[in-house]
Amino acid sequence: MNATPTHGFSMEALGRNAPGEAAAPPACLEVKNLNLYYGDTQALENIELAIPRRQVTAFIGPSGCGKSTLLRCFNRMNDLVDGVRLQGRILIDGEDIYHPDVNVVDLRRRVGMVFQKPNPFPKTIYENVAYGLRLQGIKKRHILDETVEKALRRAALWDEVKDRLHENALGMSGGQQQRLVIARAIAVEPEVLLLDEPASALDPISTLKIEELIFELKERYTIIIVTHNMQQAARVSDYTAFLFMGRLIEYDKTNTIFTNPAQKQTEDYITGRYG
Amino acid sequence: MSENLFGQHISKQFNAELEDIRNRVLTMGGLVEQQVLDAVKALTEGDLPLAEKVIERDHEVNAMEVAIDEECTQVLARRQPAASDLRLVVAVIKTITDLERIGDQAEKVARMGAHLTKIQRPDNQYIEIQHLGELVHRILHNALDVFARMESSAALEVTREDARIDREYEATMRQLVTFMMEDPRTIKRSLDIMWAARALERIGDHAKNICEYVIYFVEGKDVRHTELVTRRD
Repeated sequence: MNATPTHGFSMEALGRNAPGEAAAPPACLEVKNLNLYYGDTQALENIELAIPRRQVTAFIGPSGCGKSTLLRCFNRMNDLVDGVRLQGRILIDGEDIYHPDVNVVDLRRRVGMVFQKPNPFPKTIYENVAYGLRLQGIKKRHILDETVEKALRRAALWDEVKDRLHENALGMSGGQQQRLVIARAIAVEPEVLLLDEPASALDPISTLKIEELIFELKERYTIIIVTHNMQQAARVSDYTAFLFMGRLIEYDKTNTIFTNPAQKQTEDYITGRYG
Repeated sequence: MSENLFGQHISKQFNAELEDIRNRVLTMGGLVEQQVLDAVKALTEGDLPLAEKVIERDHEVNAMEVAIDEECTQVLARRQPAASDLRLVVAVIKTITDLERIGDQAEKVARMGAHLTKIQRPDNQYIEIQHLGELVHRILHNALDVFARMESSAALEVTREDARIDREYEATMRQLVTFMMEDPRTIKRSLDIMWAARALERIGDHAKNICEYVIYFVEGKDVRHTELVTRRD
């Protein structure tokens, strides 16, 4: 059913691109021949990928395909896992983030991460957002106040919390906590936001609010989202990468992936012919 | 065939829904094809009861369109289909619209046939309508066949048959105008034949549309209004 021509007229006549060929905006993050091993087990195989700047890229695929593993490569969270070995390169704005001279702490400021389960610190709402700023040595009250407000506004949370900034963050709802975590990440002016199933623990309304927030955030940040929810990937992302058993099977504009994917495996997965 | 067409979704229910939609479209297509055959026969043979039967049966065609549309809407709402499943549902929604229009055109031919039973039959026994009707029936039959098989190359070939129908229609119109100029007593009859010919020509266009939807489903490309399908041989 897919692109292999077995009949008389040519695919060129239909103006079809080669699979995966898409005119993408400039890349912010590039993955070059990435292979990753957990001990002897290869988890990622020959990944080649260019993530476009200030767009939303979704990683989809069945459980265990390597989506989150790949995501964690981008801020070197995998360094914290015993036995992990990585070959290949990951470049952000042309610089190899695995170079020995890279400041990993600063990398994790530039490449923020939001996890599936909201994890605000057991502190006030204000202090959650200000924490990263204080780590950077910012002490002046007015700078902290302005930056905290800016981050909470950008996370679409300010109006809900402006009158209770000094209440404990753990008293917020799940959806609010997740937006607080996003505010915490963006307070330190990252370039990239990594979202690992950011809404899977949330109710449908909170999920839609997070998705709406993602749409606003991509004006400023490059966003990569891992999601099990294919409809969510279709709704929020500009580009979608389908992974299967550690390999990148297809990567293209989301519209193309969800209307006319080039690879049968992709087609089978998104149409539910594969579970 | 259906297993190859749809593959095997994990949800057997979803598979069954798509299968049901496809079968209903083929049933509707079969009814519409019969309507066209009967309408042409009613006109060329002066069969008033047959013409009335075609007119009455158009309600069945309309009801099928509504039912299949509703089923497609349910699938879109509940299943949020993607890729080929989405293209199939979209292609079906468009196809049944064209089939319903074909039904309307067949009814028009039957109405003209009913009118013409009240007028003296011409010497040529409506050969122009018979000939045009055969071409139109063939393109419709072929279009339904490629829909059943979902073959894009065959669909492309069928779209090109419409050019021949258009030429035949133009020739018929020229001939009828000549008849009317030569003998004004034939104007009433000629006008009815013209309307019937026009309706048949439109059926050819709708059959071509169905082929374009098949190409869209199989290849994921919209070839409407492109040189691929508008080129005349």
